[in-house]
Amino acid sequence: MNTETFFGYRRENGRVGVRNHVAILPVDDISNAAVEAVANNIKGTLALPHAYGRLQFGEDLDLHFRTIIGTGANPNVAAVIVIGIEPSWTQKIADGIAETGKPVAAFSIEQNGDLKTIMDASRKAKEFVHWASEKQREECDISELWISTKCGESDTTTGLGSCPTVGNMYDKLLPKGIYGVFGETSEITGAEHLCKARAIDDDVAERWYAMWKAYQDDVIFAHQTDDLSDSQPTKGNILGGLTTIEEKALGNLEKIGRTSKFIDILEPAEAPKKGNGLYFMDSSSAAAECVTLMAAGGYVIHTFPTGQGNVVGNPIVPVVKITANPRTVRTMSEHVDVDVSGILRREMTIDQAGDSLIEMIARTANGRLTAAEALGHREFVMTKLYRSA
Amino acid sequence: MSIPHLLVHDKEDNVGVVVVEGLTAGTDMLCVVTEDNSSFNLAAKADVPIGHKVALTDLSAGDTAIKYGQDIGKMVGSAEKGGHVHTQNLKTKRW
Repeated sequence: MNTETFFGYRRENGRVGVRNHVAILPVDDISNAAVEAVANNIKGTLALPHAYGRLQFGEDLDLHFRTIIGTGANPNVAAVIVIGIEPSWTQKIADGIAETGKPVAAFSIEQNGDLKTIMDASRKAKEFVHWASEKQREECDISELWISTKCGESDTTTGLGSCPTVGNMYDKLLPKGIYGVFGETSEITGAEHLCKARAIDDDVAERWYAMWKAYQDDVIFAHQTDDLSDSQPTKGNILGGLTTIEEKALGNLEKIGRTSKFIDILEPAEAPKKGNGLYFMDSSSAAAECVTLMAAGGYVIHTFPTGQGNVVGNPIVPVVKITANPRTVRTMSEHVDVDVSGILRREMTIDQAGDSLIEMIARTANGRLTAAEALGHREFVMTKLYRSA
Repeated sequence: MSIPHLLVHDKEDNVGVVVVEGLTAGTDMLCVVTEDNSSFNLAAKADVPIGHKVALTDLSAGDTAIKYGQDIGKMVGSAEKGGHVHTQNLKTKRW
């Protein structure tokens, strides 16, 4: 099949999306009810309820705004309704999303109540749905894709098969001009020397290392009560045969392939600013948090290698699952988009597996629903840095 | 080539990964090194689940386990050649 081009939605700012959502975004936890009511009233909209947004401050508040604005700004989203308890932060988020040029409308609940807010927002959401549903896909070069990666419920087969498959895809598509990103800061532990060596220059290498070390010192060593052996690797990783964080990290790093260097480091949910290429995003290794942050950074398709069978999805970004574990293919086939278990049987090369992933990426970009989308996985999980005021 | 029972990433490695389900003690395993497609045979000394590691040489407490040609932790117990290597005898050096 043709994997040089795909049919996507060209947005006002020139970026290309592969989905066409009308998102209903709450600023804060107490606006979830209104958001869900609007999404229930107006078919073809997508509610994105979450747990936070009140009394946050400092870096944590910056991350909250960056995540919400980035989610609304993502090219997979055609138009956005923002609902918050009060008008100030609500408008700030709407203004941030509006910089993309897409239609955005803000509604606040205080002095209106839920019912009037829901009615007004529903009328606007209906307008947006009519408008968005007439948007047509157009042919775009494959280089216009922004493709993120993060693995989950890893086992030893991810390092042998599914992660090198993603790496092979990046080796082939990054030179064509796509944007890539990997992250999972804690999960590089044991492979940090190899990761540091993949930075484009000494400046990026030193900044990357300082960021990785800061997480070790300021978070892990500051908060651990025992060692991390019950959390990293996870119990699922251990069942799958992974014993240590070093072993897990070495398999994880297979996702960036053999040839590409990363050109910059991104804060959580930060959009890349140095042009096309591979980036590292400082991020949790928890699947839903990490995919949410990368989606907020502007990535439109996520590639997700799994061993034991992580089922995560994301509301706005299709999550393509790849596994090399034949037992997972047998027991959890409904979650698998790309079966590369032939690698373990030496029936499939990494090169062939990479091609099959690129083909699935093109099909997904053209509109094929992923397993996670078909099964209704919409995990939208914000990262919170510390307790609210 | 027949389907391997065990895959090894790198020629330097002293552990390999079982890649078939239901491996039983005594199986004469076909082992393939993915780095160069070389192969060798090794007798499994235990029933080892798919995805779990097997020692390629006799390992004792204090030894470093090598996979991907890299340090993946220290042995805290012994494993005979062909035996199961996991949390009972291997631990991280990090935390």
